[in-house]
Amino acid sequence: MEWYLPLIWAAIIGTAVVMYVILDGFDLGIGMLFPFSRNETERDQMVQSVAPFWDGNETWLVLGGVGLLVAFPRAYSIVMPALYIPVIVMLLGLVFRGVAFEFRLHARRKLGWNLAFTLGSLVAGFCQGLILGGLIQGLRVENGAFVGGTFDWATPFSFLCGAGVVVGYALLGATWLVMKTDGEVAARGRTQAKVLLLGVLAFMAVVSFWTPLAIERVFLRWFLLPNMLFLWPVPLITMLTAWYGWRSLEDGREVAPFVSAIALFVLGYLGLVISTFPYLVPPSLTIWDTAAAPASQIFMLLGTLLLLPVIFGYTVMVYWLFRGKVRAGESYH
Amino acid sequence: MDLDPVLLSRLQFAFTISFHIIFPSFTIGLSAYIATLEVLRLATGREVYRRVSMFWIRIFAVSFVMGVVSGIVLSYQLGTNWSRFSLFAGNIVGPLAGYEVLAAFFLEATFLSILLFGRDRVPPWLFAFSAVAVALGTATSAFWILAANSWMHTPAGHEVRGGVAYPLDWLAIVFNPSFPYRFAHMLNASFLTAGFAVLAVGARYVLAGRHPDEARTMLRMAIGLTAVLAPLQLFIGDQHGLNTLAHQPIKIAAMEAHWDGSKPGDFYVFAWPDEKAETNRFAISIPRASSLVLKHDPDGLFPGLKSVPPQDRPPVATVFFAFRIMLAVGGYMIAAALFGALLMWRGRLDTTRWYLHIVAQTWWVGFVAVIAGWVTTESGRQPWVVQDVLRTADAVSPVPAATVATTLALFVLVYLTVFSAGSYYINRLLAKGVPERPPEPAVAGPHLSIRFGDKP
Repeated sequence: MEWYLPLIWAAIIGTAVVMYVILDGFDLGIGMLFPFSRNETERDQMVQSVAPFWDGNETWLVLGGVGLLVAFPRAYSIVMPALYIPVIVMLLGLVFRGVAFEFRLHARRKLGWNLAFTLGSLVAGFCQGLILGGLIQGLRVENGAFVGGTFDWATPFSFLCGAGVVVGYALLGATWLVMKTDGEVAARGRTQAKVLLLGVLAFMAVVSFWTPLAIERVFLRWFLLPNMLFLWPVPLITMLTAWYGWRSLEDGREVAPFVSAIALFVLGYLGLVISTFPYLVPPSLTIWDTAAAPASQIFMLLGTLLLLPVIFGYTVMVYWLFRGKVRAGESYH
Repeated sequence: MDLDPVLLSRLQFAFTISFHIIFPSFTIGLSAYIATLEVLRLATGREVYRRVSMFWIRIFAVSFVMGVVSGIVLSYQLGTNWSRFSLFAGNIVGPLAGYEVLAAFFLEATFLSILLFGRDRVPPWLFAFSAVAVALGTATSAFWILAANSWMHTPAGHEVRGGVAYPLDWLAIVFNPSFPYRFAHMLNASFLTAGFAVLAVGARYVLAGRHPDEARTMLRMAIGLTAVLAPLQLFIGDQHGLNTLAHQPIKIAAMEAHWDGSKPGDFYVFAWPDEKAETNRFAISIPRASSLVLKHDPDGLFPGLKSVPPQDRPPVATVFFAFRIMLAVGGYMIAAALFGALLMWRGRLDTTRWYLHIVAQTWWVGFVAVIAGWVTTESGRQPWVVQDVLRTADAVSPVPAATVATTLALFVLVYLTVFSAGSYYINRLLAKGVPERPPEPAVAGPHLSIRFGDKP
């Protein structure tokens, strides 16, 4: 029982994180693309395309954080203080992004809240990249507590990850616009998506080379035999997916670009998992080192197995209810 | 100046959670009201219910979003600023918070979309169902978070091994000794907070001669609710107090500024607790009234603050005054609700303008009572973060004081900005008034005519 419960929970938390990254990824991406819109009508159209979904999407972030506390409290208690500044700044960005959705509806002059929407999205996305990079680099731990410095996370590598996440979310946002809007906004989204796709590929390439070069255990994970024999398809599939995404944008496809962007994210995420598994607090603590008491994990697991399908059910229902394109000049209220 | 990281983290958590609690204590009650309106509309077909509901849904949306974003902050702050607490109590508090996310947050977030955007896309029964789902979600959220918070006050069902708490009995953990009282108290407080806000808005419109149907509906429903729940809150509060006396006697001692347990307790209408001298100055009190309330015996004895060393006592003045503020506001709420009910019974509610003026100006009473109550109970728990098990000072994260001071300043800045804007927009919505007709749906195109369940 002791060894497989943490594995199950790692899979659940991992899924929650991926769900968050994809779902809130396109919400945040829309915010990042705001500055490229031409007028308030276009911005309204962009916001309307995600308005019915963003709150539910953001809830996966709460599940990810709380889930870490539930299943791996020792990791939660180390990671959060270690990444204190990016976590808090991310939360502040999300505060502005979240209220901007509602407040810009009521403001007479929308510039302020449009700015808040964009800056909040940018800050939140960038900080999530900082958190990712800071985590991959590894945290200094002694006797189960964080003993490193306040700015340990601030390195060129983590800043690169921050930029990469921003570009990635913008890609998700752009392809979402291709799928869910029409007219100028969708056309611009298509052009932006092509540029962003190249950007994402570039970042993925740099991170893929940098990480093994900078961190020996990652190098050994990928390039040692027999690992390399199993793992080489991952970069290959990634490149094929990117090529497919590019073609779908050129060919005027509407849904395939968004699906390709999601696939790219999943593949990148898979690469990260391969690099770090089973370390939840690299380089020293595994999922087994940081797991909660089995009684807690089981108590939560029962409810999770019951409730997650229900959540998926009504989430799908809402996406289906608000299916179809958001046309220029439309409003739900 | 030497900054104390414990104090700074306490200030930051206190600030962010006080800000946050304003919104759920409003939206839990308001969502229940909106659900009631939608069900009534479904049952009676009366359009006035729809118009009142549409009006309040817009206000609900502005409050709810502020509650959501400030709530996410708390779920991460347990880790960023209170990592040792998370390590100690994670096995217990983690799953309780996890259930809150799975059973409540997703439910309210998802169905709120239908309430905000889906009126023209779903059949009326599904719309009413969505309103009920949101109300259920907010109440479920209160259930789980209060279970977790109550465990911190009256820990049960666990054992401590190697400096970490381990669960033994989940029923005992969730339904710990103080939970039922605190849950009932908070839930009722939330209904009252929304009730007095609706009452105020209804009164405001009656005074202005605006929206007569809707205003009278709001007024009557609010008075009907508060006239029952305000007195009930006194009873729940009393029971809660008796329970607290049994499990957290020093908190009660601080609330009553009761120093000497060898004498019966006086009820201090006003006093200035002097912690150094361990006595109360400028005291105006009703002799032995505290003993009467707490022990049902004017000569009954209960523990005083002096029965524990000073380092085990909460900040007396804070707890004492917060409690009194809550009592005073609660007293007003009972009086206002019962008097309103009397006027309603006599058919003089709409014409007694002085009463309407007062209730219109006191929309804020629920919020004040809630914050005062929470300060009482949480400050009253000090110096413990888990009563008698873990001290607050031992629970903080290894983050430098200067860093916490910076983030505290940032939170204050950001929250005050957001809160001011939110209040401003709610005020504008109140000034705009109740929509006369459902707005023309601007969503043109084929998918408007697609009803739920129809084939495209």
